Amino acid sequence: MGEPVKTHCPYCALQCGMEIGPELAVRPRTDIPANASGALCQKGWTAGELLTSGERLTTPLLHGEPVEWDVALDHVAGRLAVIRAEHGPDAVAVFGGGGLTNEKAYMLGKFARVALGTSQIDYNGRFCMSSAAAASIRAFGMDRGMPFPVTDLAAADVVLLAGGNVAETMPPLVRHLEGPRLIVVDPRRSPTARLAWLHLQPAPGTDLALALGLLHLVVAENLVDEQYVAARTTGFADVRTSLAEWWPERVERITGVPVHRMRQAVRALAAAANAYVLTGRGVEQQAKGTDTVTAFVNLALALGLPGRAGSGYGCVTGQGNGQGGREHGQKADQLPGYRRIDDPAARAHVAGVWGVPPESLPGAGRSAYELLDALGGPGGPRALLVFGSNPLVSAPAAEHVAARIAALDLLVACDFVLSETAARADVVFPVTQWAEESGTMTNLEGRVLLRNRAVAPPDGVRSDLEVIAGLAARLGHRFATEPAEVFDELRRAGRGGPADYSGITYERIAEEKGVFWPCPEPGHPGTPRPFLDRFAHPDGLAMFVPVRHRPPAEEPDEDYPVHLTTGRVLAHYQSGAQTRRIAPLVQAAPEPFVELHPDLAERLEIAAGDVVRLTSRRGEARAVARISDTIRRDTVFMPFHWEGANRLTNPALDPTSRMPEFKVCAVRVERDS
Amino acid sequence: MRLVVVGNGMAGSRLVSEVRARDPRIRITVFGAETCRPYNRVLLSDVLAGGSRPDQVRLLDASWYAAHDVEAVFGDAVAHLDRETRHVVTASGRREPYDLLVLATGSDAVVPPIPGVERAVPFRTLDDCARILAAAEHAGRAVVVGGGLLGVEAARGLAGRGLPVTLLHLAGHLMERQLDVEAGEVLGETLAGLGVRTRTGVSAEAVLEDGVRLAGGELVEAGLVVLACGVRPVTGLAAEAGLEVRRGVVVDDELRTDDPSIFAIGECAEHDGTVYGLVAPAWEQAAVAADVITGGKALYRGSRLVTRLKARSVELAAMGETHLTEEHAEVVRFSHRARGTYRKLVIRDGRLVGAILLGESDAVGTLTQLFDRGGPVPGDRAGLLFPGLSAAPVADSPTLMPDAARVCQCNNVTKGQIRACWEAGARDLAGVAAATRATTGCGTCRDAVEGIVGWLCEQEGIAV
Repeated sequence: MGEPVKTHCPYCALQCGMEIGPELAVRPRTDIPANASGALCQKGWTAGELLTSGERLTTPLLHGEPVEWDVALDHVAGRLAVIRAEHGPDAVAVFGGGGLTNEKAYMLGKFARVALGTSQIDYNGRFCMSSAAAASIRAFGMDRGMPFPVTDLAAADVVLLAGGNVAETMPPLVRHLEGPRLIVVDPRRSPTARLAWLHLQPAPGTDLALALGLLHLVVAENLVDEQYVAARTTGFADVRTSLAEWWPERVERITGVPVHRMRQAVRALAAAANAYVLTGRGVEQQAKGTDTVTAFVNLALALGLPGRAGSGYGCVTGQGNGQGGREHGQKADQLPGYRRIDDPAARAHVAGVWGVPPESLPGAGRSAYELLDALGGPGGPRALLVFGSNPLVSAPAAEHVAARIAALDLLVACDFVLSETAARADVVFPVTQWAEESGTMTNLEGRVLLRNRAVAPPDGVRSDLEVIAGLAARLGHRFATEPAEVFDELRRAGRGGPADYSGITYERIAEEKGVFWPCPEPGHPGTPRPFLDRFAHPDGLAMFVPVRHRPPAEEPDEDYPVHLTTGRVLAHYQSGAQTRRIAPLVQAAPEPFVELHPDLAERLEIAAGDVVRLTSRRGEARAVARISDTIRRDTVFMPFHWEGANRLTNPALDPTSRMPEFKVCAVRVERDS
Repeated sequence: MRLVVVGNGMAGSRLVSEVRARDPRIRITVFGAETCRPYNRVLLSDVLAGGSRPDQVRLLDASWYAAHDVEAVFGDAVAHLDRETRHVVTASGRREPYDLLVLATGSDAVVPPIPGVERAVPFRTLDDCARILAAAEHAGRAVVVGGGLLGVEAARGLAGRGLPVTLLHLAGHLMERQLDVEAGEVLGETLAGLGVRTRTGVSAEAVLEDGVRLAGGELVEAGLVVLACGVRPVTGLAAEAGLEVRRGVVVDDELRTDDPSIFAIGECAEHDGTVYGLVAPAWEQAAVAADVITGGKALYRGSRLVTRLKARSVELAAMGETHLTEEHAEVVRFSHRARGTYRKLVIRDGRLVGAILLGESDAVGTLTQLFDRGGPVPGDRAGLLFPGLSAAPVADSPTLMPDAARVCQCNNVTKGQIRACWEAGARDLAGVAAATRATTGCGTCRDAVEGIVGWLCEQEGIAV
């Protein structure tokens, strides 16, 4: 290997710049703003280890036995044709991932709609950013998670981060938060909360009430930016009236956050010349996540933050391509360019690019959990193709999901390691990973970045694009496999949509260190801050939407007396399929644990290191006890990077985003005897 | 089905929206005696204090009724209840039939029968609020009669507008229903610092042109006299119709009166011997009644009472049985009067049954929720009263830190590893970072790593 190759980290949505080689050594780049200081976390530094892992899959597996590629592809294509002929096109389903490149996400959507003719496609991003996306579209007419460069945060006076633990999930981001006063909303005193100037610690599932209480105070203390509200928004009158019932003392009783702390937060935000309100999965992964985000957006709007240079609202997107993954058509209700699949103009445009009649495109399909829930059941899909996802670990009510998956006639997985889901598949296709292929990723800022192929893949593996094209060919369609070629097609298909990449090329990305969408023309500079002049609604205004708090779908009771909340640890990423195979990360975080408050532990006679059994209405899990006063007395915390936590979680869905309620359910906690 | 609601205040308006949220079809007519849309009475203290404006306390927009197909009649009180024919008759003579009726008539301010009391303004409605504010402009000084929750809030609000205020209270200490003697005294001292002079154990005998005359003859001067002498449930309609009335209209666990087609909720209702005067129980009752009315099976079992004073710079929460003594309960108490701090926990059978928190405290949220949920009280009582007290001190001094302590979280680097790489020759931050990757993640451990390197160098007498 010669010169180092410029690429980006395989993990989170910050997409730190890194270069690889020689000798597979990873080094941070200093030309990418996200980590220009040369920062990387342990996940990033050790990312190269999976390239040489002995656990790499290098041959297709058919019922667990190694087979030739043609045998596996023929088998899958044949089975798909039979299932489709017997049960109709919607009997075949596709499950994608927010870690896939834009090219793959795009091709997966096209594959489902054109080659399979199925409406049944969704992806694990439904479990991540869908609530924030729905709220942003409602408020601003467009969802670009962070509608400003992440480096803008550093110059703010105050940043309120609701339900995010960036010190563990994307550590280099913390460097952009060193300047501002940080206000963190989290039921846990997380490593991020420990860095905060002010930590608000609400009961799980009560963030919406807290946001309403904060906004009530903004109004009651006459801190509304009336001029901004008049000039740039609609709908405030209704919101103002709806706030009368959320006076702070009532909110204190619901959330447990003292009134004087709410006041402190609101005054700091209002006094700031520049401030940001950010949301993360903590407030979003709830059965009311869309409304919770809306309440925080309303707070930001009342303070006059969004669409103003140096201030704003943003969603801290989680998965590596969580932003791009939700733009190009692997979502049940969506076509490339972040267009709606029920929009006739969008259907006509995309069908034109794909060379098929618009009426041949299916309509909207089931959302991720509803899709998994329907597998193998009456009217549900009989075959499932999984790309870049591990739903057996990452979906809620995992035991139920496992049973649904077991009821399938055919499960196909594309992966580079034998994930829990791949291990149950009838057919596994071994695919390339990150540094072995090229492609674009759109990071949390909406900056389109280029990952370059740095090393040759092991013999025997193919890219997801080749797998898709191989299956499509057997079903009578010719799909491109070269990332650059696919990207050109993606640009055409997305042209004129909200997420317009038309003017972006691989060359420009390399030269400009990333390009912000929308970028509708070759000469267009890209759009770092899309809302400065107008929001994306037809009238150019942002929209206030009144929302009401309601309790979590499941509250503690006598049988299940404790809240469970779930989240991440620094050393692992998502379902852990990658990071649990990297020795230093396993050493740093070897096993699932449950975090309990000392008072709760004392009452349950649980000591640090004990094995604890947790039971919910949906299943049980075991984990090692960690005793810590950083958590509320009424709550336990479990990371979800291992099988277990999601056997407990509640698949109650948000009515708008269809996001499951990962962040709060009720459990019983006992020492395992 | 035709539902008629008598009263469009906090309870009545809540009931209407709760019913509509559950059933889009049921025909609803609501009568309110006041001419304005329902507003949040809890926020009136805030209006008095100059926080919220009157237009900011409305609970529903004018357009809400049309959008939700509810007929709302303003300024026409129901004057008569005809149970025989199931009709209500309003003051203006309108007859409205009902299948189900909800009484949410609330309560009236108690006006003591003393000479000149008409010169005083009760503090009860939005209109009262406007009158008080108008009078406050030229009053010079104010007297508030009644040192309960509302009186304290009114006094604090007026003082916050720059008016010297005297608060007159009949009992021996302020808010005697919620507070013990010491808490009442500490509250008085806190108020004194904010411009409210408290006189306890005094009785107002007459309201004069220039103030209030106390029993014994002393004159307390004031250009404005506000009455906060408590409230009395409005039960006339029910009593006249022959429903069972004690202090309030008597209801069962479904909030039904002894006439199964008539419900009563809020401050006019008496459940299990209790008439509640706070909004939270009224709203809980509204939710239960709405459920029952729309065919549900909810039951009301009484409410836990948390009183939270709404007065700027006076943080006070009181809940449950605050008067229990050591004879009947475990009492944990902390008092620091010089700082206006008083904290008390009342614990019985391992559960929190009462608490007082006076003075700013982060414990308030935790204690309220513990009280509300009836969960077991942790063994560490002090940790409950003083959050953060029990937190283990972080050994951030390099000398005290154990070798296994993780210094850099982002790259999982311990003090031991830093020491090892120092021993291998790294003598500065850059060297340690290159060898261990410490400080290369979020960067917040920079100082700690520098501290350890500096300490190691110092130990060995190496100049840094």
